[in-house]
This record gives sequence, C-alpha cells and structure tokens, in this order.
Amino acid sequence: MFDLRDLYLQVIVDHNKAPRNFGKLEHYNHEADGYNPLCGDKLHVYLDVNDGGIIEDVSFEGEGCAISVASASLMTEAVKGTPLSGFQQKFDTFQHMVTSDLEEHPDEEQLGKLAVLAGVREFPSRIKCAVLCWHTLKSAVEDSHQVAKTE
Amino acid sequence: MFDIEKIRGDFPILNQEIYGKPLAYLDNAATTQKPQCVIDTVSRYYEHDNANVHRGVHALSERATADYEAARKTVASFFNARSEREVIFTRGTTEAINLIASSWGGVHIKAGDEVLITHMEHHSNIVPWQMLCDRVGATLKVVPINDHGELIMDAFDTLLSERTKLVGVVHMSNALGTINPVEYMIEKAHATGAVVLVDGAQAAAHLAVDVQELDADFYVTSAHKMYGPTGVGVLIGRETILETMPPYQGGGDMISMVTFEKTEYNNLPYKFEAGTPHIAGVIGFGKAIEYIQSIGFDAIGKREKELLAYATAKAEAFDGLRQIGTAKEKACVLSFVLDSVHPHDLGTIVDREGVAIRAGHHCAMPVMQFFNVPATARASFSIYNTEAEVDTLFSALKKAQAIFA
Repeated sequence: MFDLRDLYLQVIVDHNKAPRNFGKLEHYNHEADGYNPLCGDKLHVYLDVNDGGIIEDVSFEGEGCAISVASASLMTEAVKGTPLSGFQQKFDTFQHMVTSDLEEHPDEEQLGKLAVLAGVREFPSRIKCAVLCWHTLKSAVEDSHQVAKTE
Repeated sequence: MFDIEKIRGDFPILNQEIYGKPLAYLDNAATTQKPQCVIDTVSRYYEHDNANVHRGVHALSERATADYEAARKTVASFFNARSEREVIFTRGTTEAINLIASSWGGVHIKAGDEVLITHMEHHSNIVPWQMLCDRVGATLKVVPINDHGELIMDAFDTLLSERTKLVGVVHMSNALGTINPVEYMIEKAHATGAVVLVDGAQAAAHLAVDVQELDADFYVTSAHKMYGPTGVGVLIGRETILETMPPYQGGGDMISMVTFEKTEYNNLPYKFEAGTPHIAGVIGFGKAIEYIQSIGFDAIGKREKELLAYATAKAEAFDGLRQIGTAKEKACVLSFVLDSVHPHDLGTIVDREGVAIRAGHHCAMPVMQFFNVPATARASFSIYNTEAEVDTLFSALKKAQAIFA
C-alpha cells in the first residue's frame, strides 16, 4: 500500500522546513498572487526575466501546507536560469505528472527533482496544493494580473 | 443508561476500516452519520410509499402526505414550536437563512437600518445579510469575540440599538464549539425591537432547544447534522412574523388559487414550500429526531461533555498544540493548530490512521482571521465516539509531528 512516507519524502519535508528562494526579489519584472480558497493557501511569486528571455531570478512568499510550500520551493529551483520560452512545457509536464495514472512513471529526465511530488497522485484532495505555485507562476509569466486559483 | 456499544451498533458505517485501520469518525460538525433506523425509513419510503405529497387522491400519495406531515409534527414538538404552521422545511440551514434574508429582510430592512451578527458566524449567516445590506443600503455590524472565542457581551449591548432590525447569532459555533448566550441576546434584542434569528445548525443535535422558552423569532437547522439525511432542514418561525412575509419562491404547493391575473398564496407553512419537497428527507429527518429523543438530551449532554473533557485534557498536555476556541461554555469541538504541521498535512496524515477530521477554515474565515491562522484542524465529537478514538487521534498527531521533526 502507498505509504505516507511516499508523500512526505524527506526532500519535501526539507523544502518545507527551509524553502529555497523564499522572500521578495529586489529586482523583478513579473509577479502574481495565488490563492487556494479551500485551504487558505496563499502565494506570491516574483519573477525577474532578463533581456535575453532567461528567468534570471524567481522567488515566492506565502503560507500553506508542506506540499504547497515544498512544491513552490522546488519549482523555483527548477525554473531559475531557464529560458522563459520553455516554461509552458515545464508547466505541462508537471501538470501531467500530478494528474496521470498511478502506474505511469514520472519522466525523471525531464522533471528532475520535481518528480518527488508524483506521490500526490495518490491523494486527490492534495493535488491542488502541488499545482497552486505553478498556476501562480503562469499568471506571472503571462502578466494576467489575475489571482491564480486551482479550483 | 448510556450504552455506547448499542449506540455504535446503530450506525452501520462506523464498522469499517480505512487503510486497514478502524475508522474513527471525528468530523461530526461537518455532518453526522446516520443510524440504521433513518436509513431504513428512507428506503422504506421509496420501497413502499413513494408518491408526491398534497396532490394525489390515491393511497400512496395519502401515505406519503401523512408521513411527511407526521414528520412536521415531530419537528414541531422537538423544538416546541407553537404549531406546525411555524415549521417550514427547507433544503437546509443555508436556504432557511436565505429565505429569511430575502423574504423578511426584503420587507423589513431599509436603508440606514442595521443587521447585527457575530464574528463567529458561519459564512451562511454572513453572506445573505451582506447581500441584503448591499441591496437596500443597510449596514452590517459584527459583535466581536475574545481570545477564548466567546462573544464580548459588553460590545453586543453597545452595538444593539434602535437601528438594529435583526440580530443573527449562531447557537453553537462550528469552528470553535462555543455555545452562545442566545437567551440573553434574544431578551436584549427584543427590548430594542429587533427580531432574532438563531442558527442552530451545530447546536440542535447536542442541546435541547425550546423556541418558546428561548423566545426566538427564527430558529434554523439542518437534518444532516442531526443524524438525518442531507438536503433537508427546517426554519421555525414565529407565526405572527411569518404571516407578514411574502413567499420566498413561487411554484406549486405554495398557492391556493392561480389565474394569469392573480395568485392567492397558500397558508402557512405551505406558502414557503414551493415545489415538490425532499419528501424522503423530511420523513428521515423525523425519524432522526425520534432517534435523538430515544437517547435523550440529558444522556447526550453528559456523554459529550465527558468526551470533550477527555480530549481537552489530552490537547492541553500535548506539546506544540494550540487550541483555537477555549470558551467556558462549549461542546463537541476541538479546534487546534500544531506548531510544526500545517492542518492540511495533518488531515492527510491522520486519515491514513483511519481518523477523519476536518482541516480548513470551516466556512468561518473571519474566525481564522481573528486567530491569525490560515486554517485549523478540527476534531468534532458525537454520541457514538469513544475515548479510544480520541487516543487514536492523538497518537496520529504524534506520527505527524515525527514526520516533520
């Protein structure tokens, strides 16, 4: 049977305890709010894209459960230094991983460390916790000025 | 004599395992489980008596109508309504409050008037009043709470004025467990000429309610928090007030005569029951009330106090746990946060131990804002819960702490 330790892997616990890229960026040119009304999870992401279209820096602030904080932390690591043009594909790959059948193995080559979040598939009510940050970053990338929600 | 084994035996759902562990259902403030007698009553209705009410002349319709109206009698006597004309079946507490806000409020609340509610109301006793106030230009006022999660009564006395047309107060808070001094508030409100609505969604399964003794103008509750079916609730209203109110919805059953020029409305309570009601639900509600009566509030109150005291003692001794809601008068609810574990992670982790609790804002976001927490974990108890289940909860909390240690 699926074990809780498969959801709360040490990596996730660590990223929750000491989230990376946490706090407001000094220089940023995109930002967005994310809110999960059912949980009360709130996120704010800051994004600094340079003239070459590279995500120079990214950070987040907010409060939420371990899954949402760890997911945001891992996300910032995964997109920092990558071209903005590749964001949508990363978004889709992540979204696919957390909603795919349990039998399907996550594409670790593409996902890297993000694959540790594949465990949320077993906990349908928690998938939204993992994807909130991605929807928020998407709003920032698209400058939609809409509060991102996962409901 | 309170026989816990017999009571647990009345609820078939309790006898199951979740992830290989015995179910400990501690989410009773969200909805209670249903005893076999209620399940059987609903099934029997569909198997033997199903027909529309108040319409047919055939045997089934006569039986369905008789059972539906018998349930109204049961509800009336349970809450000591003056008559069955004061008992209006709704889809639940939320619809009952919307009915009052729309029908009574639409007539009686004008620009410049005030509606006084409290900081611990469920969203269903906030939003309908906000909507009404916005529509007519009235003002919503809020009685504040203290750090224990009790209403500040001095503030209530101050806020209550001649401008106050309605006081809306929750009898027992779903997020905090606080039991409010509604009798005092009703007396005070009546002295200034305000009408009082008591939201009894959380209270009605745990406290004996006598609407005449309380002198409540409106008392509303939901069947599903009282061991009855979902989708049905009741509004008990003072007849003299109900008579002044226009219908809430138009349709069948609420009329006595319809022409294209004019419609005459039906008498109470039918004036407020447009369309085919939730017949099976109402009949099941009646049975659920009989079930509560068969145990009796003396036994229920005593048992639920014991259980809350047991759980509270454990909570006080638990490192890193902060209780949210420590009112002197409270029942059945243990709301809390842990230092190291977010309530949602807690909900998931204890679920794997078979323990069902609620994690979230409990449809009372202003309460969360007051205590400055995004959410709480909430264990809520009922007559069928045991000390062993409370123990299971607390050992599951230990596990959660270990995961995040």
